[in-house]
Amino acid sequence: MAVIVRDQGFSKDDLDGRSFIGMEDAEISEDLSLAIELPNHADLPALKTLLPKIGAIRINFPNFGDGRGFSIATKLRHMGYAGRLRASGHVIADQYALARRSGFDEIEIDDELAARQPENQWISGKDWKSGSYQDRLLKTELAPTR
Amino acid sequence: MVKKFTAKVITTNRLLEGDAVYLTRDGIWSPEFGDAELFTDPAGASLALETANRQTLLHVGAYFADAETDPSGRPSPTHYRERLRSMGPSNYCHGKQAERANV
Amino acid sequence: MYKYSEFDEFFVRRRVEEFRDQVRRRLDGSLTEDEFKPLRLKNGLYLQLHAYMLRVAIPYGTFDSRQMRQLADIADKWDKGYGHFTTRQNIQFNWPKLADVPAILDALADVDMHAIQTSGNCIRNVTADHFAGAAADEIADPRPTAELLRQWSTDHPEFQYLPRKFKIAVSGSSRDRAVTKAHDIGLRSIRDAGGSPGYEVLIGGGLGRTPMIGAVVREFLPESELLAYVESILRVYNLHGRRDNKYKARLKILVHETGIEKLSREIEAEFAERKKWFAGVDPELIEALKSAFKPPEFNLSRTGAFERRLEKDSGFRAWADTNLFEHRCSAYSIATVSLKPIGGTPGDASANQMRALADIAERLGHDEIRASHEQNIILPHIRKDDLPEAYDVLAASGLQTANFGLVSDIIACPGMDYCALATARSIPIAQEISRRFAALGIEREIGSMKIKISGCINACGHHHVGHIGILGLERAGVENYQITLGGDATETAALGDRAGRGFSADELIPALERLVEAYLRLRDSCRETFLEAYRRLGPEPFRAALYPETGKLAA
Ligand code: SF4
Repeated sequence: MAVIVRDQGFSKDDLDGRSFIGMEDAEISEDLSLAIELPNHADLPALKTLLPKIGAIRINFPNFGDGRGFSIATKLRHMGYAGRLRASGHVIADQYALARRSGFDEIEIDDELAARQPENQWISGKDWKSGSYQDRLLKTELAPTR
Repeated sequence: MVKKFTAKVITTNRLLEGDAVYLTRDGIWSPEFGDAELFTDPAGASLALETANRQTLLHVGAYFADAETDPSGRPSPTHYRERLRSMGPSNYCHGKQAERANV
Repeated sequence: MYKYSEFDEFFVRRRVEEFRDQVRRRLDGSLTEDEFKPLRLKNGLYLQLHAYMLRVAIPYGTFDSRQMRQLADIADKWDKGYGHFTTRQNIQFNWPKLADVPAILDALADVDMHAIQTSGNCIRNVTADHFAGAAADEIADPRPTAELLRQWSTDHPEFQYLPRKFKIAVSGSSRDRAVTKAHDIGLRSIRDAGGSPGYEVLIGGGLGRTPMIGAVVREFLPESELLAYVESILRVYNLHGRRDNKYKARLKILVHETGIEKLSREIEAEFAERKKWFAGVDPELIEALKSAFKPPEFNLSRTGAFERRLEKDSGFRAWADTNLFEHRCSAYSIATVSLKPIGGTPGDASANQMRALADIAERLGHDEIRASHEQNIILPHIRKDDLPEAYDVLAASGLQTANFGLVSDIIACPGMDYCALATARSIPIAQEISRRFAALGIEREIGSMKIKISGCINACGHHHVGHIGILGLERAGVENYQITLGGDATETAALGDRAGRGFSADELIPALERLVEAYLRLRDSCRETFLEAYRRLGPEPFRAALYPETGKLAA
């Protein structure tokens, strides 16, 4: 069972029953609130026309040292994507603030990691909203959706 | 061709102190290379390394260092890297060589 | 000098607490060693051969007496009474214990310092010309740019897990003292035809395995667009840099494999997207940064004390001759304090030496100190007539070595005496070279000579850009040293050519002696430097000197 980490803490997956589908399947789907799965090397421009009918995107982190997912998330937000953005795979508690600040809404982790790094390690002291150099420097920015 | 197995000791750095330590016959970690257990058969060595690497809260991950028996019958490193590591730097009398001098 | 804002203070304190917590979570098993390692590296903490090593940032090499004294106190309290200044304007402590590191980081925060991003696969401590704000040849002070980049890159959410480390250097002069061409991004302050400030941007430089000189990716970037452009470079690199092979993961390989034209188009495309919602940096912040680095009030009066001392003291004269550089203000000099005593460890300073340097800076130097990538300390603003007094304090602490730019002013990485990645030692080689040439008494006759030594292919000792580069390798179980010739770290940057087969530690010093003798014999006048002679004559006569047995090049 997957655990979903959000600012409020751990919760169950409320997208259960709706599976994430690949980009090819998304293209032919008639569904107006798609949940799609993207690899961290996805070709984003190709996604542009699909964005309006996507309700959730999940980006996989093959291991926590591979930071491509952070750039993919940033780019999706720049493209105007305002739906749900989820990171999944090997993301550790110490990366929660980075993920939130890059545009992710939530992280999906497995039970083993949830047991080793329990809820308080994800939310305590990780006051990611309390400010960053980037927010300070680029204060006047026309901020993309977060 | 089967490569001849070179004798080995098991070594790592302690998690808290960071210093180099060596696995002894009694299964404890000694700061002295000479105290280490010398493994001469591959199977016994692999098994011991596996066991050692389960102590994840004590050290940072153990590995084999090639060794030979010195004239006093204690293991000593064959490679200069492990020799330096078992003594300390050559520019100052710091590290293990200093600790030895202090005993 | 830049002083921490409330936010800086808040940020570094929070970061220390976060690290304290991470140490605790490593010890209770919440974090595996594999997970903990990149976290400790991003806080400057390595595990070396004998102990942990803490690398403290001295952003763009600028610090003051209070900070220097704190470094001295840290060296005394938690280390072995000394520190090692590195080729990236950092200082390293070689013996801290893991449990003490949070306290050390707190002590650093007390004086506006940190160890953040001095290691790991992220944007590293930004370096700059060590004569910034003082050199007569300066066009623009690079430090406001470097500080802006420091802030922007610190804990940048997108760029903490890059394919590999990422180094940025900034120069504000036509003379390049920051080795900008050997960085992932090199920035050089320039003005466009209309006189607006901006940068020439180079990318893809780097030493290490497959060394490369950076290529110009943008001839002119307006100052106001810097962050958006740098971000675009980083984003392209983060998404497309190789992650399958550590030795092919640096930006230089992406530049090499993609081609600079194509990559430049990709960066420009990203930049065009980025600019759509980039409103620029708050101009007030930029102004505040610029005014933070305003030059001190110089005292233009002269007493003649400098000239009087020159006349009567040959030791002072020798020091003044090599270790002083032209200041933008004629009553002042930039003084280089050599951390290369004959037979010493390049870059090391004892706690007491650090305190002596702090005293001089505070009393006579407008409270400014610089660490140079050449592992020396710079006192950037010393009034000429105060130099005799400064020199006396230096001499009392063994800091008066008059060898800046000479054969014994060697860059050497820690090598296998400390470094876990090393393949050979570098410090003893540096010690022997400096002893040998001092004994021969021909240092001044040889003149400008940059010897740079690395203990492995990672090239922290910048050997590729040394006039003579030395790379320590292992060959059949013993240390072996490979020589490169003709490297250059300045605005005329060049990678050295491999001379031929390597030398054992015993053979190395005699070989260098033959090389230097050949240079002295071949130069067309005593003005022609080794590098000039090498460029004029090519490698052959120098190879012949290194390998007399073959009479010519050994492949
Ligand atoms: S060049 Fe190699 S040996 Fe020297 S400090 Fe760098 S990694 Fe260590």
